[in-house]
Amino acid sequence: MASNLSDYKTEVHNDWCPGCGDFGIVSAIQMALAEMAIPRHKAAIFSGVGCSGKTSHYVNVYGIHTLHGRVLPFAQGAKLANPEMTVVAAGGDGDGLGIGAGHFVAAGRRNVDMTYLIFNNAVYGLTKGQASPTLKLGLKTKSLPEPNVNQSVNPIALAIASGFTFVARGYAYDVRQLKDLIIAAVKHKGLSFLDVLQPCPTYNDINTRDWFAGMDHLDEVTKKPRPRIYKLEDAGYDPIVHIDSPDEENEKLTQALIKSNEWDDKIPTGIFYKNEIIAPYDERIADRIPNYVENPPAYQVISSNGKSITDISKVLDSLKV
Amino acid sequence: MTSIDLTWVIGGPQGGGVESAANIFAGACAGCGLKVFGKREYYSNIKGEHSYFGVRISDKPVHSNVNGITMLAAFDAETLFRHVDDVYNDGAIVYESDLESIKTDEVPTLDKPFKDRLEKYLSSKNKPFTVKGILEEARERGITLYPVSFKTILSTLADEMKNPAIRGMFRMLNVLSVSVSIGLLGLPPDTLLRSVEGVFSSKPKVAEMNKHAANYAYTFATAKYQKFKRQLFPVQKTQDTILVQGFQSTGLGKMAAGCRFQSYYPITPASDESVFLESHETFDVENNRPGSTIIVQTEDEISAIGMLIGAALTGTRAATSTSGPGFSLMAEALGWAGINEVPIVVTLYQRSGPSTGLPTRHGQDDLLFAIHAGHGDFPRIVYASGDIEEGFYDTGKCFNFAEKFQMPVIHMMDKFIASTVATVKRFDPTQITIERGKLLDKIDDGSYKRFTPSQDGVSPRSRLGLENGIFWNTGDESDEEGHISEDPGNRIYKMDKRAKKVEVALESIPKEDQAVNHGISDFCVVSWGSTKGPILDAIEMLKKDNYDIGFVQVKLLEPFPEAHVKSLLQNAKTIVDVEANYSAQLGKLLNEHLDRKVDYYIVKYTGRAMTCSELYESIKKIIDGKAEKRQVLSYGV
Repeated sequence: MASNLSDYKTEVHNDWCPGCGDFGIVSAIQMALAEMAIPRHKAAIFSGVGCSGKTSHYVNVYGIHTLHGRVLPFAQGAKLANPEMTVVAAGGDGDGLGIGAGHFVAAGRRNVDMTYLIFNNAVYGLTKGQASPTLKLGLKTKSLPEPNVNQSVNPIALAIASGFTFVARGYAYDVRQLKDLIIAAVKHKGLSFLDVLQPCPTYNDINTRDWFAGMDHLDEVTKKPRPRIYKLEDAGYDPIVHIDSPDEENEKLTQALIKSNEWDDKIPTGIFYKNEIIAPYDERIADRIPNYVENPPAYQVISSNGKSITDISKVLDSLKV
Repeated sequence: MTSIDLTWVIGGPQGGGVESAANIFAGACAGCGLKVFGKREYYSNIKGEHSYFGVRISDKPVHSNVNGITMLAAFDAETLFRHVDDVYNDGAIVYESDLESIKTDEVPTLDKPFKDRLEKYLSSKNKPFTVKGILEEARERGITLYPVSFKTILSTLADEMKNPAIRGMFRMLNVLSVSVSIGLLGLPPDTLLRSVEGVFSSKPKVAEMNKHAANYAYTFATAKYQKFKRQLFPVQKTQDTILVQGFQSTGLGKMAAGCRFQSYYPITPASDESVFLESHETFDVENNRPGSTIIVQTEDEISAIGMLIGAALTGTRAATSTSGPGFSLMAEALGWAGINEVPIVVTLYQRSGPSTGLPTRHGQDDLLFAIHAGHGDFPRIVYASGDIEEGFYDTGKCFNFAEKFQMPVIHMMDKFIASTVATVKRFDPTQITIERGKLLDKIDDGSYKRFTPSQDGVSPRSRLGLENGIFWNTGDESDEEGHISEDPGNRIYKMDKRAKKVEVALESIPKEDQAVNHGISDFCVVSWGSTKGPILDAIEMLKKDNYDIGFVQVKLLEPFPEAHVKSLLQNAKTIVDVEANYSAQLGKLLNEHLDRKVDYYIVKYTGRAMTCSELYESIKKIIDGKAEKRQVLSYGV
């Protein structure tokens, strides 16, 4: 049964710019948590630094606004110490794919059972619109003195190459689809990644809401706008690795990489890749530490009446002379 | 009964088993009740460069190395070239007899500055630049030479054990040279064999082969040679003695203190501790389910401290272990833990900097960095251990400080302690108290605020997952709930609150934990960290010369225990600051906090730990009024 949506909202004044795509994302997060009825104290939103970093303050669950680029390390540490928590990490594209790119790749290798959302608007908003790692080569947004000289990184392809086992894309102005994607991501066993296209109305005057809606991109026959965004599921795309075979895996990886390269004319949203055959990190730990899940670090009893109760005598015996 | 105090050194190429050999030797001596203090020196290299291990053996507790070698064991030319100079005139050299014809030019790992010095010396003695040349010089000084054909012994063993592969097992040369040494030094074979078994306990077949070899070499040495004039003999064993390496002390301390999460990135000399913890990741817990520590090897040190903070937010006792370069990367997140009052422990095994510096060598270079790391004003505790035993017990204290005062704690260790192996009293985990401060287990109503005002600046602490305990953290300045606030009044509240905890920490940390009074006198040495051992031994040597030297060991470095240190030193006429760094960093703190200046500084920054011998000479020079204000020590290769 769903919980009350208002329970997941805080009263903190939201200072994002009017029309910012971030509003849709935070609503989708709140709606997803309410629909899954996750008890508030069992969920934590971790955020990076930038406009998206404020997300954790607007959701009424444990909220940890970390450092620029470091949201994944903080979030993984918490999830590993207390695997009962539902952990959602949120950050910007500069945050996650620029300064934090090393953590992005390493997190993929671990496959910790949590969710990571990148608010992708191709600019550094809070520092007045510099080019971010996802801005395409040669584009000149209004805040740039010169066109962008770097190639853009492809977040979907990078996530797949890094080992994320659930890779999807949402659109900030399609809140319903985004909410459903967040639910699917949270329920996925392993590390899930959501690239959320989020127009920045203040600094990115190229990838705007109108641009995504295809207002400049008219159908030759009908002369009506042809939206760039489309849903993979509507195209009969199957992202799931169903069986544990290299052929199946290669096929699903390859089609996801090909899809991830679509841009400009048609931009796919939805789930690109999903693989639950690869064990999440907690299962790998549990293989070595059988009672990890029932007795994780956060719940272990470490003292009795202020005294240590850990038995280190076996180790000390081995050092005895 | 005569007293025992001798130093045995074994050297060889890195990767050649020098460390196992030294551990076998140390174990054989410790098994006879003798006190052991050993230290390993090595290059930043996997295979081939010179490494050596010096083991000092005594019937009384010893805390440092000395200048000089009683017996040198060598099966490569470089060990002879580098260390013969340090062998006492009444000392001995056990060496592979095949090596005599080797020229200095044939040893590519002899670096030019050293080679130039050595050849100049050999020229001055009219000796050829060969092993034979340097050994002749040694013989002329009175040193006893024991040329042994270890390779012949290997062949014999191969035949005896019907295993031709043994002929090429050069790693076994180590065991052979240890066993010959033990034979010459007169210790019984049974403890030697037990020690061999202990060192190879995880590989029974290797242990069996090495035991056979040890026995053979021991018998060979005792049959062929007269006993060496300096003899070791078993003494009454002290109950509850362990032979332990420095990095194990903080590892065991973390286990006992309830640290259940450690994230780290590989770095010398810190990662041995994390590997040790991972090797013991599961354990029994009294009247409880088995416990475990999650050890995560991260992609870098930034991630290590980030994960550590994340884990600490769940109420888990969590830590990382690093060295200078890694700690540099952690500085930003340290401030995050500071502003959000998260209890974390960073074990900082210092080495020589700056930058990569001398990556495998010792240094106490990072005191002022630890105190100031991170931008902005925020409180932290910097606490330094002086030796292996302190490393264990202080680890427990550091977790208590972190949780009681809700701030980051930097536990200062160093390469000297990390790579020391010593006999110490078995650690007593019942001495580890666990104080979790205002950590909450239960919150009844829904009005919890993480940074609610309190007299001592420490607010009740919820943890991720606790019902009714929801809070927010941010690297921005925040209000009582933890939401971003740029309000000037709130800023004053939060800054004052955090600063208040520093006062509270100073008041509540017992004086004897702030700075240790090892004896007060007109002439007083002040120091911190691992210089403790050499200082204690040097003071003992000076006592024999009828000098009474005081020693104050400062352990709490931040906040600085000004009142206590002042009172300890109030009557000192001469204050000597001793440190293993260039700029005398503690000296700067003393000059800032005492109402007077330090009179003399003794520093060492060669990357090699101080010996008690050089410290003794240096202090004596000061006493005799012949010293410069700043003395620089340099013993060791």
